[in-house]
Amino acid sequence: MATETVATFESSLDELGVGMTRTDPEGFDDALAAIIDEPAVGVPLRIDGVSLDDVPVTVDPTTAQLESARTGVTPVGTAVATYGTLAIESSAAGDEPVSLFPECHVAVVREVDVVWGLDEAFARLDEEFDAGRDSVVFATGASATADMGEMVEGVHGPTAVHVVVIES
Amino acid sequence: MSAETRREKAAQIRQLLDTEGENVHADATHINEARYDATESFGEYEDLRTEAREIKEDAIERLPELIGRVTDAVEANGGQVYLADDAADANQYIEEVVGDADSLVKSKSMTTEEIDVNDSLEAAGVDVHETDLGEWVLQVADESPSHIVGPAMHKSREEIAALFNERFDPDEPFETAEELTAFARDWLGERIQDADVGMTGANFVLAESGSITLVTNEGNARKCAVAPDTHVAVAGVEKLIPSIRELQPFVELIARAATGQSIAQYVTTLSPPVETPTLDFDDPDTPLSEAGIGGGNGGGGSDDNDDREFHLVLLDNGRSAMREDDQLRETLYCIRCGACANSCANFQHVGGHAFGGETYTGGIATGWEAGVHSQDSAAEFNDLCTGCSRCVNACPVKIDIPWINEVVRDRINRGVGDASDASDTPEFDFLVEGLTPDEEPGGLTPRKRFFGNFSTLAKLGSATAPVSNWLAGTGPSRAVLERFLGIDRRRDLPKFERETLVEWFDARGGSRVSAADADREAVLYPDVYTNHVHTERGKAAVRVLEALGVAVRVPEVASSGRAPLSQGMLATAERHAHDAYADLAEHIDADRDVVVIEPSDLAMFAGEYEKFLPEKSAERLAESSYEVIEYAYGLLENGAERAALRPGDGERVAYHSHCQQRTLGLEAHSVAVLEDCGYDVLTSETECCGMAGSFGYKQEYYELSRDVGSDLEAQFTTDDARDRTVVASGTSCCEQLDALLERPSRHPVQLLDPTRDR
Repeated sequence: MATETVATFESSLDELGVGMTRTDPEGFDDALAAIIDEPAVGVPLRIDGVSLDDVPVTVDPTTAQLESARTGVTPVGTAVATYGTLAIESSAAGDEPVSLFPECHVAVVREVDVVWGLDEAFARLDEEFDAGRDSVVFATGASATADMGEMVEGVHGPTAVHVVVIES
Repeated sequence: MSAETRREKAAQIRQLLDTEGENVHADATHINEARYDATESFGEYEDLRTEAREIKEDAIERLPELIGRVTDAVEANGGQVYLADDAADANQYIEEVVGDADSLVKSKSMTTEEIDVNDSLEAAGVDVHETDLGEWVLQVADESPSHIVGPAMHKSREEIAALFNERFDPDEPFETAEELTAFARDWLGERIQDADVGMTGANFVLAESGSITLVTNEGNARKCAVAPDTHVAVAGVEKLIPSIRELQPFVELIARAATGQSIAQYVTTLSPPVETPTLDFDDPDTPLSEAGIGGGNGGGGSDDNDDREFHLVLLDNGRSAMREDDQLRETLYCIRCGACANSCANFQHVGGHAFGGETYTGGIATGWEAGVHSQDSAAEFNDLCTGCSRCVNACPVKIDIPWINEVVRDRINRGVGDASDASDTPEFDFLVEGLTPDEEPGGLTPRKRFFGNFSTLAKLGSATAPVSNWLAGTGPSRAVLERFLGIDRRRDLPKFERETLVEWFDARGGSRVSAADADREAVLYPDVYTNHVHTERGKAAVRVLEALGVAVRVPEVASSGRAPLSQGMLATAERHAHDAYADLAEHIDADRDVVVIEPSDLAMFAGEYEKFLPEKSAERLAESSYEVIEYAYGLLENGAERAALRPGDGERVAYHSHCQQRTLGLEAHSVAVLEDCGYDVLTSETECCGMAGSFGYKQEYYELSRDVGSDLEAQFTTDDARDRTVVASGTSCCEQLDALLERPSRHPVQLLDPTRDR
């Protein structure tokens, strides 16, 4: 079931033009280093077994570093397989700007946190809101606009998105 | 409306067709097709529409309670809520909040357009920058939005490039959308970094948690909300829903309805003031953890975010009165997706600037303008709704948009009359005197009386045919009709038959199949056109029903009221509804089926009659009524002999269903029956033929009607279509097709007529 969910997630991301890398905690550092364009900024991943300690990512960047970064790395608490949607938090650590300002957003999600549809994602969210959470950005693909006459990606948000799935 | 006013209006529409029509057409039809794809492949669509509608009904019902709850919740989060009575009140509050700030960045919000906040802030010395690219293009061009979702839809890439090259004088002139977008990103990015205040709208406001939800494809709303340390969100009070538990259906529906995407790029729910660090780009070397929110360590965060300010401005501006108004209330269920505009054939061709009121434009705009501005504002473009009903199924919250338009039209009829306008002045009523047995007040224009009382005109026309036809066709008569009633002389008028269908049926001795021999007995509803003008299709219908073993009756029945309804003459339409029901009730009691040829009349029985008749009566009539080919389909499915109908033998036909027939989901029956009988059917893909009843007769709209029809004309004159027999279900569709094409059109029942010549 989990395999099917992740496969669906991957094909949804593929349709959005979003790449996906699977890795386990041991392979995480190498996998991430291969994906990011430097300079890169990030926020703590809040996922057991992986961190940004040994990768070329500046955690807790300054605004100047944020502004010049090409890649922003954030954790994602829930991902939705059918839509390829990533649920980003708006936290004091800066998940929101780190996922939004750099050209490329790299989202790190645990395999077990990839849920099938929006039903499951909202069921989780309802519980989390009851427990005091108060923000979520459902992000699906790169930012886009057709306002200049044709569809163009990367207008006020990232031009590219890449997802790293951590197998347990 | 005087002849001169009509000419001016026609000129304005012609100019918009020439300048903006092409761009709007490309975008609106593209998005509309994407919407069909996105909803047809989405199994839960209908259930979610029902759920979304129920949530909105409940929320508007509980609005005062929800306002109280959201106020408590936002204040508990550390923000402020201000309930603004009207635009001036909202602007005054916003000005106080903004204080001595120099600059403000905005993400797209029609509600802020409604209160003209940019003008107000700029007068107070604040630089306001729209950051949605479409809105920014309009800000640079100093124009107003022409679409709720795609505000600059009327401008092409080339026009935008020319505008930006002139305004910004770049080293290398802009050409591509990529270049323009990259420039916008950088230019606006700097404004976002420098701004003191960020302003957003809110697609939804969640009362329980004090959250706002922003639905966007660009990242600008997120940036406007979190980059500056002061955030002002402006939302109509109707945006309130109880909690995040009610949000899901809207997230699944809104992008599908708006652009045909399964979900928008960003669906952002925030409960400001947010914990996200504020970004001070003037202080580039401070880590995020120390920026603005004090004491956060990058991981744990802190609730002590004193630097952040949040103000939620909830705008009433007429909405409370709309909530009390039984007819306008459902306008408040609108989630501003624009699907009604995209599905509207007139909008697709002429765009929002012809359609627009002070702020809102497109289908639901009549309700909004009448509610938040004035009936006068709604009146300017209300005529452009032909009542075709194509928007009804497009609306994700099931708002009966054509009905709202008819209601507003009725109120305009009753309240607004221009004494300086010749055709608005009752003294010219002699033209339609005797044709106006209606229930309407004296201020009603003769033209409305003329079209609204078409059933009386038809009776007179048949009684005096062929003299009436000859008179109506002469130059002087057409000039008079054009001068005083604005009926375009280029449009052929219906030709009345001397012998009505009812008279023909009586003269032939009634049904050829006796009730005693038949399994089913049907009343063929003799609508005004079939009875007086297109009697041939009525005769064919009788023969087809008889061939399928049905005992037929064709009694005199009052007209359905469609004609007065489409003029906004609701009292007259209601009287017709009572009369028609009275005429049919006895037949329904006798277990006779009501078979209807004209789809717009069936749509009345199935839809609007619930507004006019007691619930039980409306239900009984709706349940007993069938479109004629739908009925034949049912008979064939239940064992009637297909061989009794004229076989198609591979005859190639080009079929255009009728708008209301499609809304009722009945197009497929006609196609299935024709194909089963051996016809090779090509169906039209256009939203509408552009005629829609009286609309195409009106002088100021004649050219728009033809322009809308050009899509259908193009499809039916391709190599694959040009030798096909043209078939259409509606009278007005046939009239438009006859005007557009060189070959005549007929109703599908005429093809199936066993006595039809080979």
